[in-house]
Amino acid sequence: MSDRAIHILTDSFMKILLPGLKVTLPLTAIAFSLALVIATVVALIQFANVRVLKQIARVYIWVIRGTPLVVQLYLVFFGISGLGYLIDPFVCAAIVLAVNEGAYCAETMRAALEAVPAGQMEAGYCVGMKYHQIIRRIVLPQAMRTAFPPLSNSLLSMLKDTSLVASITVAEMFMAAQRIVARTYEPLLVYAEVAVIYLAFSTVLTWLQHFGEKRLNRYQRAKA
Amino acid sequence: MLEIKNIHKTFGDAQVLRGVDLKVEKGDVIAILGPSGSGKTTLLRCMNFLETADSGTMQFDGEHFELGKMKKRDIARLRLKTGFVFQNYNLFLNKSALQNVAEGLIVARRMPKQEAYSIAERMLEKVGLSDRAGYFPHQLSGGQQQRVAIARALASEPEIIYFDEPTSALDPELTGEVLEVIKHLAAEGMTMIVVTHELGFARTVADRVIFMENGVVVEEGSAEEIFDRPAKERTREFLRMEWKEN
Ligand SMILES: Nc1ncnc2c1ncn2[C@@H]1O[C@H](COP(=O)(O)OP(=O)(O)OP(=O)(O)O)[C@@H](O)[C@H]1O
Ligand SMILES: [Mg+2]
Repeated sequence: MSDRAIHILTDSFMKILLPGLKVTLPLTAIAFSLALVIATVVALIQFANVRVLKQIARVYIWVIRGTPLVVQLYLVFFGISGLGYLIDPFVCAAIVLAVNEGAYCAETMRAALEAVPAGQMEAGYCVGMKYHQIIRRIVLPQAMRTAFPPLSNSLLSMLKDTSLVASITVAEMFMAAQRIVARTYEPLLVYAEVAVIYLAFSTVLTWLQHFGEKRLNRYQRAKA
Repeated sequence: MLEIKNIHKTFGDAQVLRGVDLKVEKGDVIAILGPSGSGKTTLLRCMNFLETADSGTMQFDGEHFELGKMKKRDIARLRLKTGFVFQNYNLFLNKSALQNVAEGLIVARRMPKQEAYSIAERMLEKVGLSDRAGYFPHQLSGGQQQRVAIARALASEPEIIYFDEPTSALDPELTGEVLEVIKHLAAEGMTMIVVTHELGFARTVADRVIFMENGVVVEEGSAEEIFDRPAKERTREFLRMEWKEN
């Protein structure tokens, strides 16, 4: 490798990593936490068969899953800006990512809730527990166990999807890489570098997933 | 103490219960026998409101209820007086044996945790599982799971416990330990209704035996009456078949 290449790589490394730590990871963490809240609420509405709200939940999932994430980002960010309102790109990105991923995670959660044997609910009733108590203490924890691996998948997808928010002017990792490419004309090098950093982030998340699964398995065997 | 009258239940156009009456006095142990599909499980489930009966009445501790139109609050109140043991245990899968027993006390009865756990420990001791308190359901044998389920039903000091074929899901060598526990409870004077295919057990433990078929009670009497001199030909036939199988 030429000296120039090594120089570009070392010089750009921190310039890419820092926005990764300061923007990409926080954005992922915030948006995914929000997505989990949305998903849990939307899944429970369907599971509990709450009239009207259930229809709204289905429409939400239908619209979000039926349109591309980039289009959703543009629609909200440029749409709102176009109306003359100021909107912080980071906040906008976090909300759109959360609402988007929330729809997918809601389906994961709903399937996981439905996979909890009906007998768990009945046993709860028989010891005098109320619906919401059984859901919170018995059904949700078991559903979380089932949903954990697919939710981890969603988290990984979201980490990578944050690269799309460069297009709405959020200065995250990928935008940093694009800027360096514009300056150095070394797309192969620099994009490979950012790819490796994404991979490193993903790898850490995958470790965390394994660790989390082990902990959960202490009290519940994985379902076949 | 508890009296059910003229209970009816249909699923679609299948009439599963067609006017069953049942009277339970404090301390009674009642065995319900009957061929598969005769409505035994449905009867127990209706009595604990896991299914809603179409019609019928219930008298519980002097209070009168219409089974077809129960209020949520009454259901919740009555369930606090009853325990239910399922054929397939239905232990809370995310809770240890001890937590399974304590859960209802802590959540439904708002008992302080310490008190609940000390009761739970006592109940596990009663079913011979003190040494398994920290085990999760998947770490227990079927017989052990069912004993935890019995401890869970006992914990709230119910006035009556319903058992739906408590040993049917168990390997033959594990049924004994569960039946022993139930026999023990009977000796202590616990009021129980036990749906079972274990004729020997029913005969030794039950004060009264009810033979059901096609959603009606065919014959009812003391254990001696039903087992030694059944009045109905259908009862004789059923018992002959069952003894042969066991
Ligand atoms: N949820 C349900 N929906 C439709 N049909 C049902 C339902 N539950 C029970 N049945 C029907 O009601 C009838 C009586 O069922 P039930 O489970 O009460 O019988 P059982 O006497 O307990 O039989 P077994 O000895 O096999 O347990 C059966 O024909 C069954 O198919
Ligand atoms: Mg049955």
